[in-house]
Amino acid sequence: MTYQLLLPQIFLFLWAILIFIIDFVRKEKKHNLAYVALLGIVITTVLVLTSQKGELFGGMFQADSFSAYFNLIFLLTGFLTIASSVEFTQRLPSNKGEYFGLILLSMVGMMFLASAGDLLTLYVSLELTTIPLFVLASYRKDEFKSTEAGLKYLILGGISSALLLFGISLIYGLTGTTFLTEVRTTLIVRFLSTGNVGPALVLGFIFMIAGFGFKLALVPFHMWVPDVYEGAPTPITAFLSVASKATGIAAFLRVFFHAFLIFQVDWVMLMAVLAALAMIIGNIIALLQTNIKRMLAYSSIAQIGYILLGVVAASSRGVSSVAFYTFVYLFANMGAFITAIAFSHKTGSDEIKDYAGLSRRSPALAAMMAVFMLSLVGIPPLAGFMGKYYLFSAAIEQRYIWLVVIAILTSVISLYYYLNVVRQMYFQTSTEESPILMGAALKTALLICVIGVLLLGIYPNIFLNFANQAAMVFHY
Amino acid sequence: MLANAWIIPLLPLIAFVAIVFFTNRNQKLSSLISIGAVCLSFVISLFVIASVLKNPVASEFELTWVDLPGFKIKVGMLIDPLTAVMLFVVCTVSMLVHIYSVGYMAGDPRFSRFFSFLSLFTFSMLGLVIANNFLEIFIFWELVGLTSYLLIGFWFEKKIASDAGKKAFITTRTGDLGFIIGILILTTAAGTFNFKEMFHAVEAGHIPFGLLTVGAIFLFAGAVGKSAQFPLHVWLPDAMEGPTPVSALIHAATMVAAGVYLVARTITIYLAAENAALVVAIIGCFTAFLAASIALVQNDIKRVLAYSTISQLGYMIMVLGLGGFTAGSFHLYTHAFFKALLFLGAGSVIHAMHTNDIWDMGGLYRKMKITAITFIIASLSISGIFPLSGFWSKDEILAVASHYHNPIFLIVGVLVAGMTAFYMFRLCFVTFFGQPRDQEKFDHAHESPKVMTIPLMILAFLSIVAGWVGIPWLKHGYCSFVFHHEPHHVEPNFLLMIISTLVALSGIYLAYAMYYKGSISPEKLKAKFAFPYKVLYNKYYFDELYHAVIVNPLLKLCDFLFTKLDVGVVDWLVNGVGNFTVFLSDVKEWFDSRIVDGAVNGLAYVTKGIGSGLRRVQTGQLQNYAFVIFFGLVLIILFKLS
Repeated sequence: MTYQLLLPQIFLFLWAILIFIIDFVRKEKKHNLAYVALLGIVITTVLVLTSQKGELFGGMFQADSFSAYFNLIFLLTGFLTIASSVEFTQRLPSNKGEYFGLILLSMVGMMFLASAGDLLTLYVSLELTTIPLFVLASYRKDEFKSTEAGLKYLILGGISSALLLFGISLIYGLTGTTFLTEVRTTLIVRFLSTGNVGPALVLGFIFMIAGFGFKLALVPFHMWVPDVYEGAPTPITAFLSVASKATGIAAFLRVFFHAFLIFQVDWVMLMAVLAALAMIIGNIIALLQTNIKRMLAYSSIAQIGYILLGVVAASSRGVSSVAFYTFVYLFANMGAFITAIAFSHKTGSDEIKDYAGLSRRSPALAAMMAVFMLSLVGIPPLAGFMGKYYLFSAAIEQRYIWLVVIAILTSVISLYYYLNVVRQMYFQTSTEESPILMGAALKTALLICVIGVLLLGIYPNIFLNFANQAAMVFHY
Repeated sequence: MLANAWIIPLLPLIAFVAIVFFTNRNQKLSSLISIGAVCLSFVISLFVIASVLKNPVASEFELTWVDLPGFKIKVGMLIDPLTAVMLFVVCTVSMLVHIYSVGYMAGDPRFSRFFSFLSLFTFSMLGLVIANNFLEIFIFWELVGLTSYLLIGFWFEKKIASDAGKKAFITTRTGDLGFIIGILILTTAAGTFNFKEMFHAVEAGHIPFGLLTVGAIFLFAGAVGKSAQFPLHVWLPDAMEGPTPVSALIHAATMVAAGVYLVARTITIYLAAENAALVVAIIGCFTAFLAASIALVQNDIKRVLAYSTISQLGYMIMVLGLGGFTAGSFHLYTHAFFKALLFLGAGSVIHAMHTNDIWDMGGLYRKMKITAITFIIASLSISGIFPLSGFWSKDEILAVASHYHNPIFLIVGVLVAGMTAFYMFRLCFVTFFGQPRDQEKFDHAHESPKVMTIPLMILAFLSIVAGWVGIPWLKHGYCSFVFHHEPHHVEPNFLLMIISTLVALSGIYLAYAMYYKGSISPEKLKAKFAFPYKVLYNKYYFDELYHAVIVNPLLKLCDFLFTKLDVGVVDWLVNGVGNFTVFLSDVKEWFDSRIVDGAVNGLAYVTKGIGSGLRRVQTGQLQNYAFVIFFGLVLIILFKLS
């Protein structure tokens, strides 16, 4: 009966298959499958919320507050992605139904990954997550940029998988096991008896960080991000920028905080340097972008830098702040992308300069976009401020003052490009006067995001408590 | 009563929400809601000040906002005499500006939006004033910055206005960077955000002196940005592109004084960290002089007033740095009224003449008596003429400066007083007296409607009498109400009063001689001091300097990072490695061709061909990306294993 722990994953998987079958049987109005997919996600969410805690297969599968927290992130992101895809799939010439099935499959992978207690489970779930995304990134087969994005994502994703596997094999070579708990105990025993664990472990860390770094889009593993984000269909870009990153975060935390926390001297400094690089490079290059998707791509690279502050802190507050900020980032970033989706449906443009005068054309949409931008900067009292503040305080607590100073400095830089969007919408005029019309699904998705940004900023208690519980899973 | 003081900021917030979501199509209703809210806040603030006057102690009310083990954030109110005075000032000025705006903004297509922003600003400013901890003050600090940005760029059709808004936001955020670092240092050292707890920790010596000094200086950076002190003063003159009521409310009376308020609020820290206090005093003193000197030669009526504001804020900052808590906050209080009046008066003139250039004006006294008289009253007050309110507060400042062992602060203080009198009366004489210079505009000019002139008259009244509460002979005056630890009673210094009055009068006389009687020719002076004039006229070239030293290099750096690093260096590396390989293979080819036969040779050729062909198909980018991944990986491995 303990297999009940797997119920959310199994259910979502079956639901995905169901969608493929319906898609196969039905002849028309396939974009309505979006609502079927949404229903599946809602049911899975209920299952996650009511599921029990425990482990399966000798610890290969962990259902705990950490996995529940990240599962909610994946489910919500998937929900928002599918809700904002309805109009996109309507316009697709073919293959409308599979689109939703593939998203659900990718989410199944993510949900398995959040529960992984074993390096191989982790690796396989990561592949299950990524492979549907290769297909989805190149979904607009008629467009050169989209196919190019898919191909690039595929090849570089393959390389990063190889790196990750190499890292895993080094760890396996050192310890003879892939169970994270056993890896940890074997390493500790080795360390206590010989006094050091040798360079192979450090090499293993580096290769695994490189593998996760691809998912997280850490500098220097970020090069694929702008091209793929620009080329992929915008809902998929949004999904990549949030869910895929959250996957990387969950995987990194699971492995490094479960098994390698004791050896933090060997990787924390490296993560600190990577965080600084991400914040600096991401923010500075974002300054020059004129396309909203590319701008958000570089901004997401920078945002990961901020999230790493909590990782670097390597404390319970650190993990809690990472988990909390992931939610904050979800709402603001999804919101920004959904606005971009709505805008480009109407105008066919992704250029920031075309946002001129949006405050007159669609006051509500412009106001929401402004809220998302200001939250990404970290202006109080929005969610971004609370999240950044929590991250910074975790880093300060562990005396990473220099890193926090860089973080604050680069936040000031980021003000410039986020505000540029606000400036275009409010302080520029355009001859175009027609409002941006949106379907009900898109409106709902936007509303969820804006409520999230406000709620997490003004009354963050509930989410902070969840994040805190998730962080309690690891032993510090 | 005091426990309900949170209603004061709440009312304008409600007005903001109501206007944005419900009434924005109805202009009249929107303005009425906005004005009604601020009037109610004003009434409550009167109750608060009465209650604090009766029992002048600090009361604190607190709620827990975020509650996690080891991580608590509280929100609350601290109401002491300083807060009560600030509440009164902000509510009064805001209320009068709201009313005045009904006339000034009449006919603007975004009338409702303007009032919603005013309400949002009033909410944020009042929240800033009653905050009881650093985090809360920072939140409201950012909010006033945001509303200031929105209001400066209100007429965004003018590119210059939206640019000015951006400049203001980014410049003040630069100061805020220091502010938040200062907050982090001090709160980490003291283990609390709460003002009172932190002050106890400071006074008990729990914070190491070095850390305290560094924290205090960083904290001051926030004040430098908000209160437009050197070297971040450049945004305030540009901010004059906003509507004039905004300049009066935000950029003269309240928001720019937030920096002064911050230093006053945290005076305990500066009294403990003497070196930091000295930095504060020097920056204030230098700014007071710098801005006053620029104001001498500017031709835009609002810009003269902007530099005057910077200069007066410098005065307050200086005296706070010298430990004059009472004097600094007192000048903040009197200055709010006469400077708001000056701006609203200037607004009335601009409203009538449709120009900001004083050399297009002249003789307006005949047409706009109320505006002219109230403007002159404010000028007399800011010049420190007995018995107007500016006289008393300036006298307090000079008295504090005279007690400092180095006379430089007193000398600069007196000098600035003279310069202030000169540039203010230069404005008065050129604008209101003499012959009209632009006859056509003059003919169309008329006195502003009552809704604008009544606020002017109320402010004129306050510019005269507000300072009387600080007359040094009073037993229970301002200094026995707002003080730090114990009433700091500076003995009236008659000599100082006489000197400062004489200096002010000579400033006025000089302006009279140059711009009314014409017995001294400004043109000749200009020609004689051509170089200093040019430097002053160009505001010491600060904007140009910042552009050359900060803005342009930063843009170039971005450009460099993008084009050179991301594209260039990577390309170069890839090509370099590629060329090197080709070179090696060339060597090998040459070697092979001698030893192995042509078949192998052909294979090498084909591989090379496929390589370059692939490069063309994929535009080389994917290879670049993979290369960067591996190159980064190698660097990381070298970095970790070395």
